[in-house]
Amino acid sequence: MNSITERLLNLVAGWKGNFTGAYSVRENGQCSELHSTEQIRLVPKKEQPGLEIHILPGTRGEMVSIPACVTHGDVDDLVYNDFFVGEGAEVTIIAGCGVHLETGELARHSGVHRFFLEENAHVVYEEKHVGTGEGEGLRSIDPVTEIHLKRGAVLQMESVQLGGVDRALRKTEARLEAGAKLLIRERILTEGNEEAKTEFEVCMEGQGASADLVSRSVARGNSHQAYRSRIIGNAPCTGHSECDAILAGHGRVDAAPELSANHEEAALIHEAAIGKIAGEQIMKLRTFGLTEEEAEARIIEGFLE
Amino acid sequence: MLEVRHVSWAAPDGEQILRDVSLTVPDGGLTVITGPNGGGKTTLAKVIAGLETPSSGEIFLNGKDITALDATERARAGISFAFQQPVRFQGFTVKRLLELAAGNELTEKQVCRLLSRVGLCGKEYASRRMDASLSGGESKRIEIAGVLARQSKLSVFDEPEAGIDLWSFQNLIRMFEGEREKRKGALLIISHQERILRIADEIVVIAQGRVQRQGKAARLLPELARNGASCPGCRRKEVDFR
Repeated sequence: MNSITERLLNLVAGWKGNFTGAYSVRENGQCSELHSTEQIRLVPKKEQPGLEIHILPGTRGEMVSIPACVTHGDVDDLVYNDFFVGEGAEVTIIAGCGVHLETGELARHSGVHRFFLEENAHVVYEEKHVGTGEGEGLRSIDPVTEIHLKRGAVLQMESVQLGGVDRALRKTEARLEAGAKLLIRERILTEGNEEAKTEFEVCMEGQGASADLVSRSVARGNSHQAYRSRIIGNAPCTGHSECDAILAGHGRVDAAPELSANHEEAALIHEAAIGKIAGEQIMKLRTFGLTEEEAEARIIEGFLE
Repeated sequence: MLEVRHVSWAAPDGEQILRDVSLTVPDGGLTVITGPNGGGKTTLAKVIAGLETPSSGEIFLNGKDITALDATERARAGISFAFQQPVRFQGFTVKRLLELAAGNELTEKQVCRLLSRVGLCGKEYASRRMDASLSGGESKRIEIAGVLARQSKLSVFDEPEAGIDLWSFQNLIRMFEGEREKRKGALLIISHQERILRIADEIVVIAQGRVQRQGKAARLLPELARNGASCPGCRRKEVDFR
């Protein structure tokens, strides 16, 4: 493991020399480390690159880390990881990807993650994406997440990308059975000429299912972001999505929320707000002694916290 | 001590709002600026805090000319300003906002003490978001706590009672009385509530952009209080300047 990998692992997965629990490290398209525990088995796939992660029913408080790193150009890594989470298991899964580039070539990672949660399983899923290095080539990260929640299962997903990734396309699809709950928190900051696209599609099929999608984004410089969400209610269920974006410099944001209620007891809400930082917010912080630049930085920091 | 000397200010559309305003706000006391709506009170407060730049005149804080200083520099020079309309911040907790006001991190105890001075329980409010989930009265009280956190040489409050319910209004008066007793700096409140005028040491009446009257509260209050009707229920009374 070289120093670039170590730094990326620290940024995306909080690595400080070792991982606790089950883990796998993927480096430039190869699995460099793999460790299973009694409760959690990581098995390399035979047909395609990636892992099957089996989490036994009733597992409590364990952690699985599966970060991926691309440390140089001319790498186009595609990986398929499937998580099978047993009934009643409660685990934290840390994915995330770091791409480092010193040259003009493309460096890309695309992780296709599928989650199959059995009844009453509870997963906290964190994915952080970073891009580093001075290279002029494109750092590209395109995560695909597919979520299947059986009765009463809960998945909390936190997705973070705070600068450095030139192109990102996030696709997340979920299907919820009765009483299942999906919570997604997304925070994205783009700058320079970066582009980030997010697409959510959540389908609630069972009574009492609920989905809550909250996206906070900041588009600086000449960057561009596009947010699309579709929440479909086919049963008595509740759905909420919220997309708030701050524009700074010449940043641009598109937001296209869509709600489809196919049952009279489906209650779906969407909120969206895009705009630059309100002048009165800057002024208030200036009366605390902050400069205009400091005030803007604190507001963005708080917004993405 | 704050000295405002011959300050004038015109709105961008050319309307003259302040005309040759001069006044003094002494240290260790409470000065209330009052007067009819549209008379220039809020504009004067903004000019003092550096949110607006006067077209002519000078402003001195403790003998130092601060006329050319912007809002940031005035805050650093020792001026605090509680806005009439509190500002909401989606991303900040109440604690974070008070820390930004104080200029340093605050312990839980410090946050609780600050909030208790405006009648809010720190345990309940410190981690609340400064967004639309707070009521108008709650955010107004936090706005006031932000100024208290700064312990400035001059604290300016623009209509602190606006949006505050009757019950809290009594406590607000007590809080200002307490501040006046223990504070070395100067307090300046913009208000036309008779109860606030009653706790003032000095009163300045501004109308049509000019200082109409200025002097000790004991002298000016009896005349001002003659006008205006109080509510028969709560006896809250606004001074009537018509």
